[in-house]
Amino acid sequence: MATTAEGFDTNHEEHAHDHADHKPGFFKRWFMSTNHKDIGTLYLIFAIIAGIVGGAMSGVMRLELAEPGIQYLAGAVEFFGGNPSENANLHMWNVFITAHGLIMVFFMVMPAMIGGFGNWFVPLMIGAPDMAFPRMNNVSFWLTVAGFISLCFSLFVPGTGPDALGAGVGWTVYAPLSTTGNPGPAVDFAIFSLHLAGAGSILGATNFITTIFNMRAPGMTLHKMPLFVWSVLVTAFLLLLALPVLAAAITMLLTDRNFQTTFFDPSGGGDPVLYQHLFWFFGHPEVYIMILPGFGMISQIVATFSRKPVFGYLGMAYAMVAIGVVGFIVWAHHMYTVGLDVNTKMYFTAATMVIAVPTGVKIFSWIATMWGGSMEFKSPMVWAMGFIFLFTVGGVTGVVLANGGIDDNLHDTYYVVAHFHYVLSMGAVFSLFAGFYYWFPKMSGRMHSELLSHLHFWGFFIGVNVIFFPQHFLGMNGMPRRIPDYPEAFAYWNEISSYGYAIMAASMLIFFVNLVYAFTIGKKAAANPWGAGATTLEWTLSSPPPFHQFETLPVIEDHHDYHDHMPRGEKPASA
Amino acid sequence: MMGHLHTRLKFGFLAAFAALLAVATPQAAFAQETVGADVPATAGPDEVTAGETEAVEASGAYTPLEPVEGVGMPTAATDDIWKSMTFQDQYTENGQYALWMHDVLLMPVITAISIFVLGLLLWVVVRYNRRSNPEPSKTTHNTLIEVVWTIVPALILVVIAVPSMFLLAAQYETPPEDAVTIKATGYQWYWGYTYPDHGELEIISNMLSDADAVANGEPAKLAVDNRMVVPAGVPLRIQTTAADVIHAFAVPSLWFKMDAVPGRLNEKLLTIKEPGLYYGQCSELCGARHGYMPIAVEALPMEEFETWVLEQGGSLPDAEEAAAEEETTDEAEAAPAE
Repeated sequence: MATTAEGFDTNHEEHAHDHADHKPGFFKRWFMSTNHKDIGTLYLIFAIIAGIVGGAMSGVMRLELAEPGIQYLAGAVEFFGGNPSENANLHMWNVFITAHGLIMVFFMVMPAMIGGFGNWFVPLMIGAPDMAFPRMNNVSFWLTVAGFISLCFSLFVPGTGPDALGAGVGWTVYAPLSTTGNPGPAVDFAIFSLHLAGAGSILGATNFITTIFNMRAPGMTLHKMPLFVWSVLVTAFLLLLALPVLAAAITMLLTDRNFQTTFFDPSGGGDPVLYQHLFWFFGHPEVYIMILPGFGMISQIVATFSRKPVFGYLGMAYAMVAIGVVGFIVWAHHMYTVGLDVNTKMYFTAATMVIAVPTGVKIFSWIATMWGGSMEFKSPMVWAMGFIFLFTVGGVTGVVLANGGIDDNLHDTYYVVAHFHYVLSMGAVFSLFAGFYYWFPKMSGRMHSELLSHLHFWGFFIGVNVIFFPQHFLGMNGMPRRIPDYPEAFAYWNEISSYGYAIMAASMLIFFVNLVYAFTIGKKAAANPWGAGATTLEWTLSSPPPFHQFETLPVIEDHHDYHDHMPRGEKPASA
Repeated sequence: MMGHLHTRLKFGFLAAFAALLAVATPQAAFAQETVGADVPATAGPDEVTAGETEAVEASGAYTPLEPVEGVGMPTAATDDIWKSMTFQDQYTENGQYALWMHDVLLMPVITAISIFVLGLLLWVVVRYNRRSNPEPSKTTHNTLIEVVWTIVPALILVVIAVPSMFLLAAQYETPPEDAVTIKATGYQWYWGYTYPDHGELEIISNMLSDADAVANGEPAKLAVDNRMVVPAGVPLRIQTTAADVIHAFAVPSLWFKMDAVPGRLNEKLLTIKEPGLYYGQCSELCGARHGYMPIAVEALPMEEFETWVLEQGGSLPDAEEAAAEEETTDEAEAAPAE
């Protein structure tokens, strides 16, 4: 039987343990859950399923792009129950880019980072028994699921017309393509999907903010809080401030589509560019929402496996705050070619470049954390190091794109696709895998295979670089994004890029084999499998933790620093 | 002044103080612009007035330019692997300046930063692994190094920002009074080019089928039936708008991209340095055939451009002005196509 915190547990009655680990029946436990760890698990399972769907879609896209001409889209149309025609096939491409983007952003990265790891580890790291609003937590999750179902439903209903199914509008849903350009109900379902996912995220954000401000263990001041908790706190504020703007923008789209308003229709005095301002006022903070929790995880992991406290803790925490704040005032760098005034463009160029400074602080602080450390290259650490390098590469191409004058050529080309996949598909996703391997033993109570994890890492690392690095070349050479077919000159690098997908996909098979391995023959995980470097509170609990933890609150005493939350005189269970 | 501005700036921008002043007052740079002053005078034959058909015979018929490999189009890796990995050659002053800024400043800086970070990572792997360094240090901060890695990146960004601001200022020069106006209208899924200075001439430009493009000796998916023909070497006032959804008028070899937004008229100066054929593609998602609405800009010497105008049924600005004065009506305005 699992035990509660060994170091802190002052209540030695067997009775209490029974109570702590009393689990409800299957349906009540997984469908009506109010337990932060179970909800976190649900979020992670959901994110993996959504990731498979979104990843399969990118597979179809890479297959189609492997050579010029249209080869596979007719098959995709048939798959979704439509009748192939040139129009339907080409529209299907736009449906794929839309669904891939929305799924990966709203139903894979966000649920995994905030819903999954946030739910699991924020309460554990701050020494709280659960989230502040456990039932609202349940609502957040099921709203996200409902949003995903609504998005999937949109794939089967008319988009541009009865013969062209699905919403072919891009994840940005720009008007008027999303109003008069896609009159069918598919876009309405896509909009509902965002409404539901957005509402779920807003509820989740309020839950995290309340939890972090009110439920920290006695003595855990904000400046003693683990950086992952800091990152979720900043992210929660970004969600709370940005998502209502998206909700407003897509509600206006909805009324433009269905109730003859003209917010974005010039024939009624509206302006399509207004939509873009609203969308990107949400959209830019959104990209930090997707990466900040990753920053937090990387900080925990680098410190753990270097056996050294995070370097420049306060700088790291406030760099995230700075990134969050500046992230709200740079949105129009997504709109450089829309016809902005020159002074506006100069401002957004300068403001955007400013973000590189706190980001640089983080990169260098991670390296400084390793510097002088005693590094052990366990699976979470190799993913974290891969993250640091690839996020740097994605970051510096961001500095290129920040220049409004340079962007006049690169805007909406594959260079942009390469840039944001380097920071997301390598940044966010590498941090997700780092976090997954870091906390998998804690969550499941089983050890995964280090060998398979390393194989997964190298396959994925090589694969995504082969996919996305050549896309820089395509973009500079002039290939626009979001096209299913292209001039012959772009064939070579597209073909290479598609080979990369196959490598990446093969490495994902290893990931799933690893999961099967862990759950079947994987060793039982100790309370702390990572040794002396792991000093946050989740490692004081058994693996997996009891159903209810910290019935007696841990106390962070004066001698505890930000990097040491372990009880005095006691080392983690199996250091 | 502006004509030589870019060349001088290439060497001048490192003088950070002067440059910073200029950043503070970027408007001053284009307030004094005078590019239009030395525009070649209209060189059409004197006898050309309103009789378009005779004029065509007088100057010889327009023959479409043959594309030149590697000019105004992407390069296949199989032809030239290095050229396929970078920007297309540039045929505008701003494009050349931007390309220079990318190649000489941005690219070396971002490569150096990436290699620096990779080098540090490799070094800590070698030097601070558990075997080489069993006892971790307890260092948790060092104010000096933290200040350094905040200030140095900020300085690098300032160095990047200076030419970046000059580039923006140059891109926003106001077209001179006598610039040739061409309005590009995006439709689902083709382009319409209107020439308000040339008798409201309107050209509808559709993509050629792959077979027709290859038969013409042109790259498939880039070739069009009717090109946007413009005069080379003179300032063009390019306007963009759209009739249905947002499109974007983009020509990579001219470093030119401007969204075509319904209900808006975007305008930008473009001066193409030499005659040639420059391909581009719609660069804003606009529906099913988004990938199939290419742009082909054919820049010709002024006389040939005028021949083409007359051949297409347009008129020349001089003749039009005279006619307008006679009728004492207002100057022709760029009216929406529909």
